[in-house]
Formats: sequence, structure tokens, C-alpha cells
Amino acid sequence: MSSLRNTLIGLAVTLAVVAPASAADLPHYGFGTTPTQAEIDGWAIAVRGPDGKGLPAGSGSVKDGDEIYATMCAACHGTFGEGQNRYPRLAGEGKLVGDRPEQTIQTFWPYAPTLFDYINRAMPFPAPHSLTTDQVYAVTAYVLNLNSLVDDDFVADKDSLPKLKMPNVDGFNWNDPRPDTHDIACMTNCRKLADITVSSTAEGKPLTPRTTGTLDTAMPQ
Amino acid sequence: MAELPPNNARISQPPSGRRTLLRAGLGATTAAFVASRTAGALAAGEIPPGEPDSAKSLGPGIGDRVYGMPSRFEKDMIRRNVPWLTVNAETSISFTPLQYQQGIITPSGVFFERYHAGRPTVDPATHRLMIHGLVDRPLLLTMEDIKRYPSESRIHFIECPANGGMEWRAAQLNSLQYTHGMIGCSEWTGVKLSTILQDVGIKPSAKWVLAEGADGSHMARSIPLDKMLDDVLLVYGQNGEALRPEQGYPLRLVVPGWQGNVNVKWIRRLELGDAPWFTREETAKYTELMPDGKARGFTWPIYAKSVITFPCPEIPANGPGIYEIRGLAWSGLGKIKQVDVSLDGGVNWAHARLHDPVLSKSLTKFTLEWRWDGKPALLQSRAIDETGFVQPTLAELRGVRGTNGVYNNNSIQTWQVKPDGSVFNVQLA
Repeated sequence: MSSLRNTLIGLAVTLAVVAPASAADLPHYGFGTTPTQAEIDGWAIAVRGPDGKGLPAGSGSVKDGDEIYATMCAACHGTFGEGQNRYPRLAGEGKLVGDRPEQTIQTFWPYAPTLFDYINRAMPFPAPHSLTTDQVYAVTAYVLNLNSLVDDDFVADKDSLPKLKMPNVDGFNWNDPRPDTHDIACMTNCRKLADITVSSTAEGKPLTPRTTGTLDTAMPQ
Repeated sequence: MAELPPNNARISQPPSGRRTLLRAGLGATTAAFVASRTAGALAAGEIPPGEPDSAKSLGPGIGDRVYGMPSRFEKDMIRRNVPWLTVNAETSISFTPLQYQQGIITPSGVFFERYHAGRPTVDPATHRLMIHGLVDRPLLLTMEDIKRYPSESRIHFIECPANGGMEWRAAQLNSLQYTHGMIGCSEWTGVKLSTILQDVGIKPSAKWVLAEGADGSHMARSIPLDKMLDDVLLVYGQNGEALRPEQGYPLRLVVPGWQGNVNVKWIRRLELGDAPWFTREETAKYTELMPDGKARGFTWPIYAKSVITFPCPEIPANGPGIYEIRGLAWSGLGKIKQVDVSLDGGVNWAHARLHDPVLSKSLTKFTLEWRWDGKPALLQSRAIDETGFVQPTLAELRGVRGTNGVYNNNSIQTWQVKPDGSVFNVQLA
């Protein structure tokens, strides 16, 4: 009895020594390592749209961006950002209503820092994330200038981009309004048979690639 | 321009054995080859009462195929793409051949692809997952580390929200594969993200998580922390083996029921923050422009949807008689509760049979016996999920959202069956 009690007391003392002040403060599994700040900085490239959080030090002007854009971007996006061969159009005015409106940076993008983020993470398309920070700022400035959103003397940096108010910043509803359809599961005589007509058919349209044999690469662009 | 699918080898695999001899003997023209497969083969006694070659010879032994592939006769079951849809193959999409899918699991080799910067080759030995931001302890994990956490296997579909996006204005593509093939369903194995996030300690101010890929697009999406802690998996296994490179090898996010692009592939970084990042892929893209010029963003869940997979344009009917109408239904909000099928364009409906297993946020198989009299028919299916949501008609969807939205077309599909059995993609007034 006494020896068991001593063992229990001993265990309790041992547990007290190794137990943390609060169990929630320590990981349960403890796998992996703690990344160094340098490791985090190398990968943490995300820039937040509304406030530009994450924008790095550095800068680039419209003028600097002109040359980089001509060399690295214009082949796909066009000299004036009009888009080539179905690559995305970057610039252009217009309304967001009607049939097939142009969703350009000027008409659609809500936040200027997102432009830096995207160019930095994904462009130029064949060699993503290969530009220097200053080059990314310069191309950002130039593309904003193509969209008539900044003057020719604009310099993009971590202070100037978040201050830029984009025309369509209030053009989004970020709360999913669905369900926005409210059909009921009617089972019989749900519609008049006479009302049902085919309004559109894919039959005969030259849009469907081959569905048998090898891949169809000869479709019209 | 399009890269050949990995299983192209079996497309170009030459016929072997007796069939080659037959083909050579009858001449190399296609017509002669077709003849050899009908009259020629019959003459050779391949069907009763004759004995086919396969039963009179030894086949290859084990070791002949250390990783098995489908029969060469199934060569049409490949991912296909629509060349006019995208500008190049590296930022493009291919379509799952749903017309050949048996059951609810999509074979890994034909699961649709969506790349934003091509398919990267990622070495699992050097791959790392970094977790940082509003956490108590930033963490860097190897693949070996990740596989040590408690594992979880679940069956879920992943659908690109652009599935059916070409059909908003009119019926365009005469094919089940091209109208509905931006979807696949697999058994996914990995670790619950909540397990790891609880281990790093979440700061009270954290509300969002940025998920980022190791591909050239550094694909980045903001996902609410609540969803991440609810049912999101960090996945390394698919259908009994390692993830396929096309699906994010060695590590991807699976965000059950939510649009495909948030299921970030080749994932390497998770950053916890107090607000969304509003990346390009959640502002300029993957938002839906409404008729009033405003756009909807963060429309993540896939709402209830279904489609008849047989008959369909690729596999038409063949004369009057009894058919089993087959199809697939799914919802990103839970289980499928009911599927109804109409043969007359939505005037009358009948309950289809749901086949086990009926799983949450998974494809569900349904069937209905159909005694076809050979007259024109308009086949439709309508899914209802456990929330009670009823799959809408295209007319109702267009009435609310117009035709500029591209994404989240979950409308009822109509297949027009003509007296000769041929099937066409149509829309009804």
C-alpha cells in the first residue's frame, strides 16, 4: 500500500516536472521543424488587396515599366494592353453591363496591390516569379498607366499602391446570395406539353471536338 | 498544340496477333479493317460456335504489365479538351469522359485537369509545407512528417465551377464529356487540416487561410478558417495510390463540396490571417458578373446538380426497347436526397433509384428503367439535396444571373432523343 502510494506520489512529482504550465501551449504531435524567418520571407509572397499588406520594399516607375513591358509582356498582352491571340486583355474602358462586357483592370479589378501580387507570383507566363521586386513594381505602374489609372510620372511602391482607389472597388458582393433559385420538385403536369419547344440545339454547330479516336487538335480557334 | 495524354501509348499501340494478319491480308484501308472486325472476324470463328483466339493460346504472363492499363479496346476513354476554349495548353482544362465512367469513382488517369501554369514536377523529397502567419508556432513539414499525422480517407467530388460555362447563352457542345466533364470523384487520403492547425496553435485573430501552390502560377486562394477546420483535408493519396501529378502530387488541398480551384494542388504554403487576400483568382477570375454590373465573389459551394450519363450524345440509344437510364448527381452542401427523371422535357417526373453509397459531397449514382417506344423524347434529371435545394432549370438560372457569369451553372440538362436513337444537347424554351 505504502509503496504504491509512494510510487503514485513519485509519478505525480515527475508529471509536475514535465507537464507544461498549460497543455494547450505545446503541440501534441510535435512533427516538423520551425521555419527560420529567412525561410518564411522567401516563400511568403502574398500581398493583400485592400491594404497592400505584404508589399515589399522597392519601387518602379511607369517609365521603367515601359521597357520591361515591351520586352516581357507585349507579345501576349499587346502594345496597349489590348491582348493578342486570345491572351488576356489588360486595359480598356467600358461598362460592366450588356452582352459580354470587357472585364479589364480598369473596369473590373477592385484592388491595385493585387496587380503587384499577380505579376510577381505568376508572370511573365513562361518564366513566372523571375522579375525583381523593382521590375514588378515598374510593370505594375505601367499597366496601371495603360489603364489611365495613374499619370505618366507615377511610381509604384508599398505606399502608393494601396492608396490608389480602383473604379470598381465597390462592384463586388462578397457574401454569397445563394440559394438564388427556388424551384420546387413538382412531379406531374408541371408544365403544359404544348409550351415546351427546343429553343437551342448543339446539333449541327461546328463547335464540338471529336469524341472518339485521338485528341482533336484541328478545331477552329 | 495539345500535349498527348499519358495513356496515349495505348491509342497508338498497334494491333497484335491474328488481327494484324487479318488486317494485312485484307489491305490496310480503314474500310478493310472495319470489314475484318465484322465479317472477317466472324469468318475466323471468333464468336459462337467458333473458338476465339484468346481461348486457343497462352496470353502474356505476369511481369508483362507491372502497372496495368485499360484494355486497348477502351481507347476512347480519354481526357479530351476543347481547343477553342483556352489560349494554350498550360493554362487550360481537360474533361473527364463521364460517358464511360462506371459508378461514382473517376479513374485517376482520366480525372479532369485544370492547370494555371502547366503541370509541375514536384519531388516529394524536397517538397515542404509551410504554415505561418497568425499561429503560435510556425511550422515546416516534410512529406514524411505529414504522413505521420492521423490519416483520413473520404470520397468527394471536385468540380470546376466553369463546368457547363459554355452553355449559358445557348446549347453549344454536343457531348456529355464537354458539357459536364469538369468533374471527378475520388477517394482521397490525407490528414485533416484541423489536426495540424490545432497543433500549431491558432491565434484568436485568425479568420482566413491563404492556400498557395508550388506551381508556376503560385495558385493562391483565401479560404475561411471555419471551413478549413470543418472538413478540409491535406491529401497525398487518391484512389488507393499516391496522388497523380495532374492532381497535385505530392500534396493537395481537398475542400469538400467547394469549387475546384480552391482545392489547391501541389500545395506548399498555408498562411493564417485576419482577412481575405483578394488574389487575382478571387477578384478578376472566379467571380460572377451579374446583369446589374455587380459581381459575386467567394461563391464557393457547388449547388445540387445532376446529369444523365446514358443515353447521351456519345452513347445514343439503339432502337426501341428497355433501357436503364443512368446518371450522376452531386451537391457541395451534403448528401443527395432525391433524383427525378423526366422523359418529356419536365412535364412529368419519376423518382430515380439512388445507388449506394450515397455520400456527402460525393457523386451519387442514379438509374431509372425506361421502356422507349421509339418516339422523340426529352430526357432530364433533377437533383435534390439534403438541404432541400432543388436543381434549377436553365431558364430560372438565367432569369436571376443573366449570361455573363460563366461560373456555377448547375442547371438541369436536356438530352433530345430522336427516333433513330441519336441524342443531342438542347435547351428548352
